[in-house]
Formats: sequence, structure tokens, C-alpha cells
Amino acid sequence: MLRRLFARLRPKRLAAAPRYRGEAKIAISHVRHSYDKVVALKNVSLDVHPGEFVCLLGPSGCGKSTLLYALAGHVTPKSGKITIDGKPVVGPDPQRLLMFQEAGLFPWLTVKQNLTFALRTKPLTRAQCETRALEFLRQVNLAGFEDALPHQLSGGMRMRVSLARALAMDPAVLLMDEPFGPLDAETRDKMHQLLQRIWVGTGKTVVFVTHDIREALVLGDRVVVMAGRPGRILNDVEITQPRPRDPDDEALVQRSREIRRALRKAEAATQPQGAPERTGEDEHEATASPGPAVGPPPGGAGALGARL
Amino acid sequence: MALALWELVSRLGPWPRVLLPGPIAVAKSFGHLAADGKLGAAALRSLARLGIGYGVSACIGIPLGVIVARVPAVHDALRPVITGLQALPSICWLPLALLWFGLSDAAILFVVVMGSVLAIAIATEDAVQSLPPQYALVAGTLGIKGARLYWGVVLPGALPGIVTGLKLGWSFAWRALMAGELLFVAGGLGQLLTNGRELLDVPQVMAVMLAIVLIGVAIDRLVFRTIELKVRQRWGLLRSA
Repeated sequence: MLRRLFARLRPKRLAAAPRYRGEAKIAISHVRHSYDKVVALKNVSLDVHPGEFVCLLGPSGCGKSTLLYALAGHVTPKSGKITIDGKPVVGPDPQRLLMFQEAGLFPWLTVKQNLTFALRTKPLTRAQCETRALEFLRQVNLAGFEDALPHQLSGGMRMRVSLARALAMDPAVLLMDEPFGPLDAETRDKMHQLLQRIWVGTGKTVVFVTHDIREALVLGDRVVVMAGRPGRILNDVEITQPRPRDPDDEALVQRSREIRRALRKAEAATQPQGAPERTGEDEHEATASPGPAVGPPPGGAGALGARL
Repeated sequence: MALALWELVSRLGPWPRVLLPGPIAVAKSFGHLAADGKLGAAALRSLARLGIGYGVSACIGIPLGVIVARVPAVHDALRPVITGLQALPSICWLPLALLWFGLSDAAILFVVVMGSVLAIAIATEDAVQSLPPQYALVAGTLGIKGARLYWGVVLPGALPGIVTGLKLGWSFAWRALMAGELLFVAGGLGQLLTNGRELLDVPQVMAVMLAIVLIGVAIDRLVFRTIELKVRQRWGLLRSA
């Protein structure tokens, strides 16, 4: 109750009326964490609703990764409370699956074995693991590469294997730590299209950390803008553009301009108490047309083809 | 070229030919020993010993290395001991082995095991310690733990390093075995070598030395190089797979 009240009082929540009501899937309240003297997170509160795709956006050192690792259970915050489905987060758990910047595949296992090895932690038979692995590899357009070894694949393909593995594990929450960071721009765009397409189908709750405004705007239902020193939430912007989104859509470009301005202002302000800028007025969304999806067709297997 | 020079020095040099036979004499002796089965039997005997001793070493060394790497208390307690003992040439274990096991095969096996187990343990420990931290994070988030973590992630991840350790351990074991066989008579190539000395049969001594080198190189090339290459290829550690 009290948490709700606090959430209401926070000025940034005026920005956009939450689209999702009801119980929060992930509830972060008054989380504080520090490394030695550096305050990585200062009184951070955030609710993520079931099926929501939330992007944590901010410059490096703003605590977004710390927050994500705290959600995953790899970091225990110094104070505050994090619950998922009402249960407090303690230690890592496959129900809160974390995806890293690197694909994190085991190099001695084939693509398919990487999936089945992870799936064997679930109460599934060998045959069920096999079918499930193949099914998810097909979803990420990697049918035909089941028996390839990770080092024979391109970076983008490895990331797709990692994504397939994460989705096959069917976690309650998917946590992604700049998973497309090391990819080249074109591959990243393709990954965005793919992720949007798959995500819409699964309705998974996703928390996605990125420092790329474009990426956040293309992917997120909400973009939570964070600033560093101390790490805190600056803005909470709702994005209502239909998917798949075109990163060059005018409304998104406008949004990204606002966010950039807010970030710059926060950086300039020596005192973190500077009033957070209001963004996310609905007029941008009302006036700008959603814009046609210009990007590559989401299902284009050819476009995502092999680069061996 | 080197062989021709050797033959020449042997024939024209100031040393008696009994002590410095030429390659032709050595090759003849080699042929003799091989033909009457002495060399084969001795080599088999030595290799059987080596197989047992080395097998025991691998079975102890790898788990020991993993435990030392993964359990901090064991690491602190054993790591200095292992590194310290590693500095001891393996043949120095022989007196102790003779006291403990008497003049028996067990004594030689003990020397072989002590000569190679530490190298294998150290290489394994090193390989496990230098596993990318990424593996632990990934395994943690996927919920892989316990025996599956060890069999499925730690050991395969460390395997390239372990194979290198096994290769090193093998060459240590081979050396330790030869030294042990030389020092007390118990059959095997070492004994054949001592035999040659006692009979002042220098060609036989050289022929046996040749056999020891050949076996060493053959196992290194055929067995370990192949395994190492296969593993590195599969693990994606080679530039071009």
C-alpha cells in the first residue's frame, strides 16, 4: 500500500499514465546499492507489469546494470526490496533468466546441445528437450544450424542461439543486459525486428538494459531513463507506437530528442536534486502517425541468413 | 647428414669404436633386439607399467586439481605443498618407495605416479581457475548446479588445459619410469639399458635409447597431438577450424 503511495508521489510518474493496472510482476522499492563509496543506486523504485517490455536506458555508470543484476539475484542490494510475483529475489534463478552482452554459449556444445543442456534442468524427457530446442531454434531462424558449433557462427547468430535458449527455458521474467551491444548496426536492427516479433507472441515480461536510445524506443513499452552519480530514475516514458517499429519514425525521433535533452540536463546538473524534465506528453503520439514499418520483413529468413 | 657425420666420427675419431659405435652398428643391434623379441617384450613391460601408473595419476590428478581450484580451504592448504613437491625430481621418490613398497613393481609405480600426478593436478587447477567467469554466470542463471555444473561446465570448459596437463604428465611419467627401471632391475626398457652397460654392449645401450625416444615421440605425436588438436578444434580455439 505504502509503496503504491510512494509511487504515486514520485513526480516522474506524472509523465504517462500507466497502461497496465493490477498487480506488478516486478516490484522494486527504495533500492539502494553502493560499491565502496560510489552510490550505484539511490532510492530506486519501479514497478514492472506482467507482459511489459521495459527498457532501462542510461549512460554507463548509471546503475542500470546493477539494477538488472539485482533483479537476477547476482547482486544483493544494500537496502530496499525487490519482489517478483510477490516473492523476494534471493540468488539467481532460471525463473529470472539473464542474457548477457556475450552470447554465453558453451563452445564445446553444438547449437542444439547448448539448448538441450540448459533444458535438462527442467523436468522434461530427453525427447521433449530435443523438440523444444528445435522449435525455438526455428523461431530464431536457425533451422539447419543445429549441429554447428558456436565458433562457426557469426556474432548475430550466436546471439540468436542465446535468445532461443533463453526463451526455451520459459522464464517468468527475461532480463537482458545490452545483449545486442557488440553487434554491428545492421545485425542489431535485424535482432530488434526478430525480438519484437517473437516477444509479441510470447507476452513475456522483459527488462532490457541499454545505453542506446534508439534501441530502447524501438523495443520498449516503457523506457525508464536513468542517470548516474548517484544512480537514479530520471524519467519513465511510455511508448505506444505499434510494433514492429521503425526507428526512423518521427514520433520516436522526437522522443529520443527529448530523452537526450533530459540526460544532458541531468549530467550538467551537479546536484542530482534538479527537477527531472517532463517528457512523454501525449501530443507527440497523437499528432505523429505511427509510420509504416520500413525495416526488413520480420520473418525474412534470407535477410538473417548465414555468415560463416 | 648427421648420421653420416656420426659414422665418420665413430670410424675416424680418437675414441675406441667399442665405446662409440656408428649408426650402422646401432641399427644392427636394434634389429637384433627387435627380432629376438627382447625389445618388444621390454617395451611392452614398460608401457604396461606406464599405463597403470599414468592411469592412476590421471584419476587422482584431475579430481585433485578441480578440488584445489574450487574449494578455497583446500586451495590454501594444498596449493603450496603441491607446487613445492613439484620441484622435486621424481626419482627422488625412489628411496622412499623402496622403503615403503620394497623391491617391487609397486615401488616403480609409486615413482611414476608421484612424477606425473602433480603436473596433472597443477595444470587442471590452472585450467579450472582460468575458466571465463561468464560460464559461472550463465550456469547460474540457467539453474545448472551440482554434479551437472562439474561434469557439464567445469570439466569440459577446462578440458583444453587438462589435455595439455595430461601431455606434460605423460612425459614426466615416461621419464620417471625410465629412471626407476634403470636404478633397480625389474624388466622393461630400463633393465635392457642396464644390461647393455653391464655387457659393455654399447650398440645395445644406444639401440634401447633410440627405442625410448621413438616410443616417447610416437605417443606424443600420435596420441596427444591428435587429442589436443581435436579438442582445440571443437572448442574453437584454433584460428581456422
